[in-house]
Amino acid sequence: MRHFLFGLVLAALLLAACAGPAQPAAQPTQPPAAAPTEPQQAPTAAPGSIQLTGAGATFPFPLYSRWFYEYAFVDSSVRFNYQSIGSGGGIRQITAKTVDFGASDAILNEEQRAAAPGLQMFPTVAGAVVIAYNVNDADGNPIPSGLKLTPDVIADIFLGKITKWNDPRLMELNPDVKLPEQETVVAHRSDGSGTTFLFTSYLSQVDQEWKTNVGAGTSVEWPVGLGGKGNEGVAGVVRQQPGGLGYIELAYAVQNNIPYAFVQNRVGKFIEPGLESTTAASNAFGAEMPEDMGQLLVNAPGDDSYPIAGYTFLLIYQDMPDCTKARKLAEFVRWALTEGDKYATELLYAPLGVSVEHKVIERLHGLTCEGGKAVLGQ
Amino acid sequence: MTNHQRPIRLPRNQGDVLFRGWVWLMAATILALIALLVYELYAGSRLGQARYGLRFLLDQTWDPVFEEFGALPAIYGTVISSLLALAVAGPLGLLSAIFLAELAPRWLEAPLSFLIELLASIPSVVYGLWGLFVLAPILRQPVGSSLRNILGFLSPFSCTPLGIGMLAAVIILAIMILPYITAIARDVLRAVPHDQREAMLALGATRWETIWRVVVPYARSGIIGGLMLGLGRAVGETMAVTMVIGNRPEISACLFNPAYTLASLIANEFTEATYDLYVSVLIELGLVLFGVTLLLNALARLLVSRVGSGLKGRQA
Repeated sequence: MRHFLFGLVLAALLLAACAGPAQPAAQPTQPPAAAPTEPQQAPTAAPGSIQLTGAGATFPFPLYSRWFYEYAFVDSSVRFNYQSIGSGGGIRQITAKTVDFGASDAILNEEQRAAAPGLQMFPTVAGAVVIAYNVNDADGNPIPSGLKLTPDVIADIFLGKITKWNDPRLMELNPDVKLPEQETVVAHRSDGSGTTFLFTSYLSQVDQEWKTNVGAGTSVEWPVGLGGKGNEGVAGVVRQQPGGLGYIELAYAVQNNIPYAFVQNRVGKFIEPGLESTTAASNAFGAEMPEDMGQLLVNAPGDDSYPIAGYTFLLIYQDMPDCTKARKLAEFVRWALTEGDKYATELLYAPLGVSVEHKVIERLHGLTCEGGKAVLGQ
Repeated sequence: MTNHQRPIRLPRNQGDVLFRGWVWLMAATILALIALLVYELYAGSRLGQARYGLRFLLDQTWDPVFEEFGALPAIYGTVISSLLALAVAGPLGLLSAIFLAELAPRWLEAPLSFLIELLASIPSVVYGLWGLFVLAPILRQPVGSSLRNILGFLSPFSCTPLGIGMLAAVIILAIMILPYITAIARDVLRAVPHDQREAMLALGATRWETIWRVVVPYARSGIIGGLMLGLGRAVGETMAVTMVIGNRPEISACLFNPAYTLASLIANEFTEATYDLYVSVLIELGLVLFGVTLLLNALARLLVSRVGSGLKGRQA
């Protein structure tokens, strides 16, 4: 009797697992998109019959997951499988062509471009890096968001030249804050990451000493500071250490209510990090977008641009071997850039500036497959 | 009727032959796997070896941007954190084992053994989280600052306690390897034959003398085995260590300062190693870690056999 029951339970579980990847139409809470962008001549393929695999950056992973989920209601014939193994891994896999598309926060360097001829970078969204801190003022009250910092001050803190919170330069920038006599405890990423790449690229651009001594990369030799693993590691160090200061992603700081600084941009204004100021940076730099779209968004011009911002890229080959897959991928990216914006802002990613978005979609239309056929119809 | 011109040979059982062959195959497979592992580590690190040679083991800079890689801080961190953890957990584990095997009443021994073995089943990430949120604040405020005040004149305690750092890693590692040492030592001590103990008692020895002069030395090789297992675990531990050690590739005498271990360095940087030399250097770190493990084990065995032979000489 017991064996029979066990067998029954096992069979039931197996059946549930098989039926698992549920038909989206069966979910009453999710209104399917009206699908205006559905290409008219799309053959009605069986659900999930086309598999697209991707690998790469961890930063956009929450957003891409959401996009894949939502897109299944728009076009149920394609299934995405994305592994967030890191930008480096993504670049390696797409170079080896083991996946259909890659994702990276870092821009391809010379060596990587040479190893993967024809690989294109498509910015999808932009993110911002904030300077988060945990320090009490001289009266013992925690200092809230809004501390003003200039690029050279940030660089000097991370170089170890400014070691106290009540350094004259910090006091000069923030006259109405009673900065305490406390040592700064710097936190940085111990693992290689696109966030580090963004932050160090920014520092390299605004500070000559940083550029010569440290440089930019997904992993650098930090002059001072404790290393935390992941955004959560850095946030953990910042929160635990009185006087802690570190760089983390905007979404992370907002969701965890960690105070962050307003940074002075190229024009001279102190900008609050946020989705609008990041998209403003994208807009402001849009005209200078290079041909291969591998643009560093840091230190953008423009009144409202937040200076420590950057794109995250999808890496797609100019000419793809399989036309069906190529079309599905291009259609998805087009949907993501036009319809997917609302999910991006929901998840605290900054959508691309309008001019950039147009450029990217234009490039999408330029993709070819199987040796020269256009991927997207119109 | 025995035939003296031919030696007696037992008939060979087919089952035995098969069994013997199978066991040989299994053993050979393990050796082959180890050889393959070492070969892959060696092959994967050839780029790094060609570029840096033996300097790799002595350089102290870890700079992926300017391509200057040196493993010494990581080697230092691994060796020091493991040895210190062993120094803490070894005596603690051995004494706990003696208590469990010799002195504890039955009603206490079973649950206590169970709890200690439970420590081994806690995932290392959980240890890391506990270290970060519970241990680090304690080490920063009451414990760290008092140590600094009292022992600040000694170099291991002469810097500002931040909570996370080498000391936190040592404590976490000690807790993690404690159950291995305790469980193995306890079992080995229990296995000491009773007549050894009875003989000592007959000679008029106290409980204490019995334990230290006969039981523990008799179980010495098993205890050493347990210590080696603990050391191996400490050397390879990645997740818990990387969460509390501060991840700074710097050699420092002060225990409150952050440090780095080989395993943490590999785990942190491998996914984002964007160029081939970088990947090769990280694989070379793996090879170095393998070498460090072997070396520590060999040294420990050597030390033990020296001490052991000294003891044996005296007892004889």
